[in-house]
Amino acid sequence: MIWKTIWLIGSGGIRTEDPPDIGAQAEAEVFRIQKELLDILGQALTIREVDAGSCNGCELEINALGNPYYNLEGLGIRFVASPRHADLLLVTGPVSRNMETALKRTFEATPEPKLVVAVGDCACDGGMFGESYATRGRVANVIPVDVVVNGCPPEPVDILRGILTAVRRRIQIGKAVP
Amino acid sequence: MKIPGLDVEFSALQAPVPLWHARVTAQEWCLAASAVRERGGRLLALWAGHATEVIANGVATTRASAVFVSYVLLEGVFWLALPLDYANGAALYPDLSGLFPVAARMQRAAADLSGIQAQGARDQRPWLNHGAWAQDHPPLLQNPLALPTPVPGALVDYPFVRVEGDGVHEIAVGPVHAGIIEPGHFRFSVVGEKILRLEQHLGYTHKGIEQRMTQMAPLDAHRLAGRVSGDSTVAYAWAYCMALESATQTTIPPRAAWLRALLLERERVANHLGDLGALGNDAAFAFALAQFSRLREEWLRNAKAAFGHRLMMDCIAPGGVAVDLDRGQVEPMLRLCDALQVEVKRLFDIFEAHAGLQDRLLTTGRVTPALAAQLGLTGLAGRASSQAWDLRCDHPFVPYTDLRVAMAIHKNGDVAARVAVRFEEVFESLRLMRRMLQELPDGPLRSDVVLGADPARGAGWVEGWRGEIFVALELASAEQGHRILRCHLHDPSWQNWPVLEHAVMGNIVADFPLINKSFNLSYSGQDL
Repeated sequence: MIWKTIWLIGSGGIRTEDPPDIGAQAEAEVFRIQKELLDILGQALTIREVDAGSCNGCELEINALGNPYYNLEGLGIRFVASPRHADLLLVTGPVSRNMETALKRTFEATPEPKLVVAVGDCACDGGMFGESYATRGRVANVIPVDVVVNGCPPEPVDILRGILTAVRRRIQIGKAVP
Repeated sequence: MKIPGLDVEFSALQAPVPLWHARVTAQEWCLAASAVRERGGRLLALWAGHATEVIANGVATTRASAVFVSYVLLEGVFWLALPLDYANGAALYPDLSGLFPVAARMQRAAADLSGIQAQGARDQRPWLNHGAWAQDHPPLLQNPLALPTPVPGALVDYPFVRVEGDGVHEIAVGPVHAGIIEPGHFRFSVVGEKILRLEQHLGYTHKGIEQRMTQMAPLDAHRLAGRVSGDSTVAYAWAYCMALESATQTTIPPRAAWLRALLLERERVANHLGDLGALGNDAAFAFALAQFSRLREEWLRNAKAAFGHRLMMDCIAPGGVAVDLDRGQVEPMLRLCDALQVEVKRLFDIFEAHAGLQDRLLTTGRVTPALAAQLGLTGLAGRASSQAWDLRCDHPFVPYTDLRVAMAIHKNGDVAARVAVRFEEVFESLRLMRRMLQELPDGPLRSDVVLGADPARGAGWVEGWRGEIFVALELASAEQGHRILRCHLHDPSWQNWPVLEHAVMGNIVADFPLINKSFNLSYSGQDL
């Protein structure tokens, strides 16, 4: 059994460097983003994901970032279990009123300097759900947002791009104010 | 059509699946419940009807017109309507949770959203309303064309049931969870490592979908239905469209029906691949996650290439489908099905032969068939506990009529059984997909959906990957602008969440993620 497992690991190859069926352009894009992240960070980035009321579609695509094709962990980017360990919050969904307090508390628990990326159309502008008796609409209505990633749901590579944009912006601001 | 043991004549709703509707009195409401229970039927959904203006004690107020319940029997779905009488001012109806425990949370939700109360129900705590809106202003009774400005209240503490005794302590988890999953609260009462009791508190992702529905045009609302639960977007869109087509007496073209089924089986495979990987991972077998997440990614990319969207959102539309399958895509999709079959079989062999993994899966989180039947466990989790219901087999419609779906069924009811059902359903769906790809009929993709002059009702019933999705729709007349009066969207998670509370009893806390994942229930689908 163990030989079968090892054989399968071996025969699978390293998909991150050699992803089939993705197309040259998309492949180059993934590679460039990964390289840039490493150049900018040179160290680990930790992310706390908060579903503030989404339909779970965005979570599926965020989870996909961990698969061998995007290999998020290979870049030194990690999802952590507590906001106290996080550099960046990845927030999805129109913020439901039932989640508003939990989202604010998660934000407060995240140490400075912190970044917030709003993922998905609902998080960007309320999406199909808008604002109502049950939701506060976009994430920016509840906590400050650095970068938004549109899409319903956005594809993993777009989410990766959003994370990168937030980090790059923070580094540029850091350089401007020594 | 009649329910045996109940003298009420039901009329058929036009739909590809057998659906029956009747108005009942309060007495018949109770008799029907006993008759269904006696015949081994299941309670599918309970919800309040559309808002209507009534005169109570000389004052005009808005109230729910009726309370609805739907049951599943061998003959199909029976939708019962009990008109509510406001003569005494209160909106009461006979409690069903005594006969069907699964009704309890649905009744609490109906109280929160529509202000109707189950008379004599033991548990009357609010369910979806955490204090965000005033109890006496139920959102579904507001005028959708002139919604009042929300006056949010402060969130209130939920009165959990306390377990007391020597060495008992509580572990509170959520709403923000450690992983990348939806929010909800779990309150464990434990002794040492052992779980004595779990109580769930859900409703955190409640975003007012059913009120939003009443603001949408019937021909656009399939997009909202497709966002009730992102992992079941195809099943929801199909169930909504089936309800709309049922209400408008529309028949969809054969090619559209085949393509819908193809999308549905694709969705089933995609979710099972994700779950099988995550289940291995939760048992510390990270290899499974790496392999299955790779397969899932390849599967989603193929969906994007063929249908333009990785999760296939908005591919189903009223009257048919909004996408077509290009001839050039058939061959690559067939090849992918063949390749996936081989790869999943290899992983299946490894799962089966891995003693350490099986040790974690076997006997963990057990739901016996008797308990499953009593609590109404449904869908894939039900089939792992001998609950042999699968809409595709029980009431096959085009194209399932020709394909003869083989039901995956197991009796152990543990995590291992739920894993086994997933493996078997992947293989079966791949077989179905291959046949669909080879036999896909030519023809138009959509029929016109014409909204009638009179008020209408319709229902949709689809076997999604998690279980049966049910949609009940009430449309207004042409005079009232063809509005959606009420659209109820029912997720199988309503049935299965309470069973999870039983499945974890006596297990260790560390096995909770594994057991929870083996059910993989929707928060958003039940929170609405």
